[in-house]
Amino acid sequence: MADTAQPKLLEVRNLRTYFHTFAGTVKAVNGVSFDIASGEVMGLVGESGGGKSVVGFSILGLIDSPGKIEGGQILLDGEDLVKAGETRLREIRGRDISMVFQDPMTSLNPLHSVGRQMDEVLRLHSELDAKARHTACVEMLESVGISRAEERLKAYPHQFSGGMRQRVVIAIALLARPRLIIADEPTTALDVTIQSQILKLMRRQIAEKGASMILVTHDLAVVSEMADHITVLYCGNVVERGRTRELIEAPAHPYTRGLIDSIPDLSNRHERLQQIPGTVPDIRNLPKGCNFRDRCPRAQALCAEVEPILTAQRGSLSAACHFPLSPGETA
Amino acid sequence: MFGYLLKRLIQMTLVLWVVSVIVFLMMSFTGDPVFMVVPIDATDAEIAQARRILGLDQSLLVQYWRFISSLVQGDFGNSYVFRQPAMTLILERLPATVEMVLVAMALALAVAIPLGVYAGANPESRISRTIMAGSLLGISLPGFWVGMVLIFLFAVHWGFFPSSGRGDTAEFFGLRISLLTADGWHHIILPAVTLSLATMAILLRMTRAGMMEVGRQDFMKFARAKGATRRDVLYKHGLKNALIPVITIFGLQLGDLIAFATITETIFSWPGMGKLLIDSIYRADRPVIVVYLMLVALIFVIINFLVDIVYTLIDPRITLK
Repeated sequence: MADTAQPKLLEVRNLRTYFHTFAGTVKAVNGVSFDIASGEVMGLVGESGGGKSVVGFSILGLIDSPGKIEGGQILLDGEDLVKAGETRLREIRGRDISMVFQDPMTSLNPLHSVGRQMDEVLRLHSELDAKARHTACVEMLESVGISRAEERLKAYPHQFSGGMRQRVVIAIALLARPRLIIADEPTTALDVTIQSQILKLMRRQIAEKGASMILVTHDLAVVSEMADHITVLYCGNVVERGRTRELIEAPAHPYTRGLIDSIPDLSNRHERLQQIPGTVPDIRNLPKGCNFRDRCPRAQALCAEVEPILTAQRGSLSAACHFPLSPGETA
Repeated sequence: MFGYLLKRLIQMTLVLWVVSVIVFLMMSFTGDPVFMVVPIDATDAEIAQARRILGLDQSLLVQYWRFISSLVQGDFGNSYVFRQPAMTLILERLPATVEMVLVAMALALAVAIPLGVYAGANPESRISRTIMAGSLLGISLPGFWVGMVLIFLFAVHWGFFPSSGRGDTAEFFGLRISLLTADGWHHIILPAVTLSLATMAILLRMTRAGMMEVGRQDFMKFARAKGATRRDVLYKHGLKNALIPVITIFGLQLGDLIAFATITETIFSWPGMGKLLIDSIYRADRPVIVVYLMLVALIFVIINFLVDIVYTLIDPRITLK
């Protein structure tokens, strides 16, 4: 990513978010760093329980007890959000950084009309009067592809389908013209046929508004269509990152390779689906050395001893691996 | 909407009719009211005559027919003891009970909602634990004991409040209301506090449970991600979603307190319906008991109806059908 000359909008430096539970400390995010320039889309990829969502919530300061940001920096235009107070964070939430949640069936308040939930953002973050706010809401609803917007503003979430609700959520996220949108698995809960519509919509809206986006997902196929560059998380650590093209075509980390190989290939229907053997280790009790070594076909004695650190590889890629893959090599 | 109202009205009438049958049968099988009205040395002929005058010599079916037809016409008969229409007796005392209950319920809500929201939003905090321990006391301490302790402390020991009676009242549409005079307020505080404690504790615990449940919902986090203040997230997004069970209990408690404020009224010599009911039961004053029971049934039926209407105002997913 050294090739981006644009100023960084968001820089995350060595972020550590831990959850102190009865069963022990869960290091959900353990030293994650990445940055995003204005207008960029970054894919944040990993398996369930890999700490992807926690990164998103950490940026907004929405980590609830027993979770806590233990260290690191989250710099928005150079301002450290880890050190910012709740009042300052409230100004930033919704206005500078907004969020799209995974499940549109539960992320809207069932008892408030869609119009009221949209209006709330503008009341919090703009100086507009009621009439101007109403107009803005109608326009935004239309621009996310909801017809008869004027009428639909009065409707309640249960009167919308899942796909329509996610459009509403996206409209709410975009209303105050934020510079960064964190989309946490925005299409996972939707019908496959709706997924691509929603992705296209988000892509277009972000391009139009010149916003940046962090797309949190487990789905490499989704991210490869959307993202400029990708960060792969495993057990709370960045294991690989780089430009989307390079990373998808020839990843350096065996874990990324495994993720790519487990995407179903429809042209090859008789072949059994590839999988990564084993499961994510107990994150409360991580082994010494590389966290991936038990599942890695390339693991050697060194992997059990020394934890690999993120180092520059071919092209734009960086990977945390002692024995990275060369192009064309399978894991 | 009209169809719903009609259906509801028929249901309500049905419930009241069933209650009237139960009340009638209960009255017919318990004691002989004739001996309440005749002198102690009455002859058999006099007793028989009294029985005829009261209509007690007819068959049960005829008696019920006369009972229900006069009930429908709003004639509940005269009290055997006071020789006045039973309805008038009850209605004279109804305002006293209702105003005490309303003050008690308002007090319960005013304390239970904010404390319940706080305890639900911060379940781990020390203040919440104190609130919950207090609510346990509120539920478990019996009203008569609390009433006596309050009288001892605030009336006898410190003399802040009077210990009994209703104080001055003012006329309002022909009803005597204490809430219109300072002296009335002075008198109503202690009984209302006594009456409210148990309800307050129950509502508090319901609110807390609801808030804890709602707090886990995604839309609460989404509201925070929009930049809403903690207060708005809790009260505008959270509380409204936690309110349905609270309203249900509120309605039941409201009816319950109006119907059975008897103990508190007795302790504080509050001249309400409850005291009249106890006196009437002792004297087997049938017409008064009948009016009382029918009125209580009516109040419950109406409160339930209103609660259902309130549901639809809170939750757009609930419709009247």
